[in-house]
Amino acid sequence: MSFLKKSPWLIHYDGSSCNGCDIEVLACLTPVYDIERFGIINTGNPKHADIFLITGSINHQNEPIVKNIYNQMPNPKVVVAVGICATSGGIFAECYNVKGGVDKVIPVDVYVPGCAARPESIIDGVVKALGVLEEKYKNIKKKDHH
Amino acid sequence: MNLNDIILAIEKNKISLIVALVYIIFAPIIGGLLAGIDRIITARMQNRVGPPLLQPFYDVFKLFSKKTMWINRFQGPFVFCHLIFMICTGALFFEGRDILLIIFMLSVASIFFILAAYCTSSPFSIIGAERELLLIMAYEPMILIMLVGFYKVVGSFKFYEIILSGKHLILYLPGVFLGFLYVLTIKFRKSPFDLSYSHHAHQEITKGITTDLSAKSLAVIEISHWYENVFLFGLIFIFFSSFNWILAIIITLFVYFFEILIDNTYARVKWEWVLKSSWAVALIAGGGNIILLYLLNIK
Ligand code: SF4
Repeated sequence: MSFLKKSPWLIHYDGSSCNGCDIEVLACLTPVYDIERFGIINTGNPKHADIFLITGSINHQNEPIVKNIYNQMPNPKVVVAVGICATSGGIFAECYNVKGGVDKVIPVDVYVPGCAARPESIIDGVVKALGVLEEKYKNIKKKDHH
Repeated sequence: MNLNDIILAIEKNKISLIVALVYIIFAPIIGGLLAGIDRIITARMQNRVGPPLLQPFYDVFKLFSKKTMWINRFQGPFVFCHLIFMICTGALFFEGRDILLIIFMLSVASIFFILAAYCTSSPFSIIGAERELLLIMAYEPMILIMLVGFYKVVGSFKFYEIILSGKHLILYLPGVFLGFLYVLTIKFRKSPFDLSYSHHAHQEITKGITTDLSAKSLAVIEISHWYENVFLFGLIFIFFSSFNWILAIIITLFVYFFEILIDNTYARVKWEWVLKSSWAVALIAGGGNIILLYLLNIK
């Protein structure tokens, strides 16, 4: 058993969005929801993060940034797409500059629907991501063994 | 039991090495628990529930189970040396060696930490390292003045001998203690002086000096921070050691609580201010105290 589930640190990036989901993510930190209860820390540094929480869709400008953040995170890591923009492009999908959801550029593990996603469902999504994280940890360990 | 008796027994039986060993084994446990208490108190001050008490341990265990991204060949040895020298600092202190030597040891440990940040190419990390150097510049004079004060009053630089002297250091050196309290905020990495790296989530330079550390290297830094904190508690304890030792420990914990309170009520300041103010405090409170001792010829 690892302690990944007990101390998930996350990094948050807001792509091409209306900032609605962005604000809901920040709301999770407030005394009302207080995600630190679960040991979750919202860090600003990809090298310290386990979970990549991303809101908003991907456009041509933020694509390299999203990839860069993803590549700087140490394994095991998971990606949570928060809000309908991040999952599919949402209302921005048709825009000339938008590529679509986050899974167009990096692998996404958990999709959190909603416009905007409520803090409860964001926390739910993170909790779901913890299961994936644990799974990935086991796989890495198995690979190291062989 | 009296603290003096304990120390005499330690010296008589020559078991000071065992005390050092006890420090090496238990300091991370005490340091981690205090860090957990710190986080809960901080959360309560912000009207939140806060993490479980053992959260710092969960964090460190988690970091050990992740894959470390070593930036280059030098980072690992630097981080490791930081831990080793930090352990030596505390171990020698509780073994009763010369505090003057120990403070130099502490500086060497800090330098390794700075080198670990300097050897990467991340601008955040390098700014963090530069700020850490500035912080060392800010607190070092006060620490040295404190040592001068100890010697002036007790005539020794050794932990055990200072305690055995039975002198009420806090009454002889109130100004020195005030100055020490001021730079302690730097050493505990508390706001307003947490310029190089902060325990709080966000900072203007990402994670400053620890930006390029990941997984195991970050865990090692965290553990050495616990060692350092316990050593600092020892330094606070010295001032009150002449009272009942339980009372001294309670006062030490209260000082820590005070630092947490400051952390939560003051916003981070600019580096110029840190440097100027801590030197001013060192000179006026610390230096003034020592000059008075000489002028009044207090023994
Ligand atoms: S999902 Fe809705 S609320 Fe969230 S960023 Fe997109 S448009 Fe805004």
